[in-house]
Amino acid sequence: MRSSLEYRASDGQLYAGWVTTTATQPAGPGNDWADVAASESSLRRFLHGLPGVDQVGAEQRAAGLGTRSIKTSAKAFAIDLAISMVDLTTLEGQDTPGKVRALSAKAMHPDPADPTCPSVAAVCVYPDMVATAKQALGSSGVHVASVATAFPSGRAAMDVKLADTRDAVAAGADEVDMVIDRGAFLAGRHLQVFEEIAAVREASGPAHLKVILETGELQTYDNVRRASWLAMMAGAHFIKTSTGKVQPAATPPVTLVMLEAVRDYREQTGQMVGVKPAGGIRTSKDAIKYLVMVNEVAGPDWLDRDWFRFGASTLLNDLLMQRTRLTTGRYSGPDYFTLD
Amino acid sequence: MVSTTSTGARSAFEYAPAPESRAIVDIKPSYGLFVNGDFVDGHGRSFKTISPSTEEVLAEVAEADEADVDNAVKAARRAHSRVWGRMPGKERAKYLFRIARIIQERGRELAVLESIDNGKPIKETRDVDVPIAAAHFFYYAGWADKLEYAGYGTESLGVAGQVIPWNFPLLMLAWKIAPALACGNTVVLKPAETTPLTALLFAEICQQADLPAGVVNIITGAGETGRTLVSHPDVDKVAFTGSTEVGRAIAKAVAGTEKRVTLELGGKAANIVFDDAPLDQAVEGIVNGIFFNQGHVCCAGSRLLVQESVADDVLARLKRRMATLRVGDPLDKNTDVGAINSAEQLAKIRELSEIGEQEGAERWSAPCELPDHGFWFAPTIFTGVTQAHRIAREEIFGPVLSVLTFRTPAEAIEKANNTPYGLSAGVWTDKGSRILKMANALRAGVVWANTFNKFDPASPFGGYKESGYGREGGRHGLAAYLKGRSLR
Repeated sequence: MRSSLEYRASDGQLYAGWVTTTATQPAGPGNDWADVAASESSLRRFLHGLPGVDQVGAEQRAAGLGTRSIKTSAKAFAIDLAISMVDLTTLEGQDTPGKVRALSAKAMHPDPADPTCPSVAAVCVYPDMVATAKQALGSSGVHVASVATAFPSGRAAMDVKLADTRDAVAAGADEVDMVIDRGAFLAGRHLQVFEEIAAVREASGPAHLKVILETGELQTYDNVRRASWLAMMAGAHFIKTSTGKVQPAATPPVTLVMLEAVRDYREQTGQMVGVKPAGGIRTSKDAIKYLVMVNEVAGPDWLDRDWFRFGASTLLNDLLMQRTRLTTGRYSGPDYFTLD
Repeated sequence: MVSTTSTGARSAFEYAPAPESRAIVDIKPSYGLFVNGDFVDGHGRSFKTISPSTEEVLAEVAEADEADVDNAVKAARRAHSRVWGRMPGKERAKYLFRIARIIQERGRELAVLESIDNGKPIKETRDVDVPIAAAHFFYYAGWADKLEYAGYGTESLGVAGQVIPWNFPLLMLAWKIAPALACGNTVVLKPAETTPLTALLFAEICQQADLPAGVVNIITGAGETGRTLVSHPDVDKVAFTGSTEVGRAIAKAVAGTEKRVTLELGGKAANIVFDDAPLDQAVEGIVNGIFFNQGHVCCAGSRLLVQESVADDVLARLKRRMATLRVGDPLDKNTDVGAINSAEQLAKIRELSEIGEQEGAERWSAPCELPDHGFWFAPTIFTGVTQAHRIAREEIFGPVLSVLTFRTPAEAIEKANNTPYGLSAGVWTDKGSRILKMANALRAGVVWANTFNKFDPASPFGGYKESGYGREGGRHGLAAYLKGRSLR
């Protein structure tokens, strides 16, 4: 049975190819969406049966939400919430254990001078740095997220991608951030993408799976909506905009389309999927605009680090500066916040 | 998920009040008339203008009597024959550009004043009314020295008597004054009785721009003042935006005279959503179509025609979206829907809504708390409406949407056109060919495709049937103020 909002007037089928699903079953390959994923053509029919996205309208809505004025107590609430949602990220060739340990320290105590400042949600690193991060974070509750599946391009054989994933999980990753095969998606091989996500989900075991769509390469909002549904149906716990290695990375309208997708998915299946914009979000002002969008598009249930994350590195210090300004009434210089 | 500190998660994200400061506007206790470049006392009585969101009295405003109207028309005539009518277009353009700039520079002041006097949210006055008003002056300033290329001649008509409504006080003023002045006419403009303040501030802007005396005259008053103005024998051109009822009276009053007339009247626009529409954006368009400016929009999408196969889905999405609309203090930057403009209009909206219920339509209002003082009406939709219902036929001019369904494109066209009005329409579909077919078939002056309530000075605007005649905006808007060619 589909779950429904109380004002849903009828239980009629919404889109072509719709199937009834069971809210109590866990998301994952082979159960809820078996009919849809039975063949390339049924999957394609379903994804192309989703309502389209009008580019101008979506951008206008995102811009409109961006004009909300969040002040005083609302701003303080939003800044603490945003800090708690940061996936503090370092994904560089030059990463070292020292760098990852420093980042982990920052993740646990973003503002060493203020114990009331929340910790961030997770530290996000390459698989070979997972063990270091895990050790540094200990039992702090800050998660270790690892990118995997031949991040960032995803151009590798399937067994390599799965080995990459197992490696990260074995080293202690709580969360796996995989990339989809954009080439396959753009070539219309949706089933291949679906099966890859499902296989990675299985290889991730207990770790939560975030699926990176790399929306900057998918280009159209219609593609973003279809890829979002594809990932959710294949078992994603989170859908994530970008690797951060491609421009544009996260944008408000792309995130809007993904928030609409998770909202609609819950309405259909009863299952919540998280959203993670990543890359390009640098200021508190931007972060607050995203939270307004979460609040008004997906709904307040998503205002939680379990359901919304920011993939970012420089954002955290701006949040901390704004937080300090709100508590002390003055701005302090960047030298009062740690650089990692 | 374990966390070391409380994230405050799932407690509500309540937006703290974010009021725009009133300090920027200086509302005088009383206002006179702006005639021949100066503010003068009227001979008649005065009336009060109030803030519809609080019912607070803002100012006393003079009510122009017959003698006042006559003085204003005389001043405009003098200015036309001695100065403005013979000034080269490129010189007139300089004044219009200057006015446009000053509107931008004093944009915040105009926006705050408009919100206070009209009740509409600051978000809209700031982002729509004021910028588009400035854009109209910029646009027609550009035409002033290029009239010979427009195809309507270059000779001005003379004195224009202009009467504007209360829903977009400054913007409608700009729609009227900018093309009139660009073509070399002088104007006597009467703003609506409930919203005179931004027009009077505009009079100050004319002084600031050193506009020659008498080119723009602003006279305030109610229906009687308007009647006196449009029937004044020395007025060459009458331009009116407002109700069809008053428009009809004006058409009768000027029949048999040499006066030129343009009328922009009521509407009952169909917003048509096909099953292949981008639904989330269509919902935004429906909301924007009927709840923008509290539904006080002549081209509002007040009839939603939704294809039956997606009707339930669209309605569920629409109600969810409506529940996020923030109704309240017009000066709060987060307010989406402001106050109803007057007690009179509120009574009319209530009356028609009650009739809708009596006729058997199902009423649903967004859950929202309305302030204790002032005039308020929650965003409302009626489902199960048929063409026979009065709420599907009469203009409510408020935040009330009538929802009808259709099965085929032919039925959508038939229902959309089955109204005495014909100002605007909206079409939502991913199919480009269908958009073109619908646009040709709909008898409406403006057809929006996958959007709604978009206004641009370069785009002509006007109605079919009882929605009026003549076009405002764009090159076509020049025709209403030039002698060259008769209006069609």
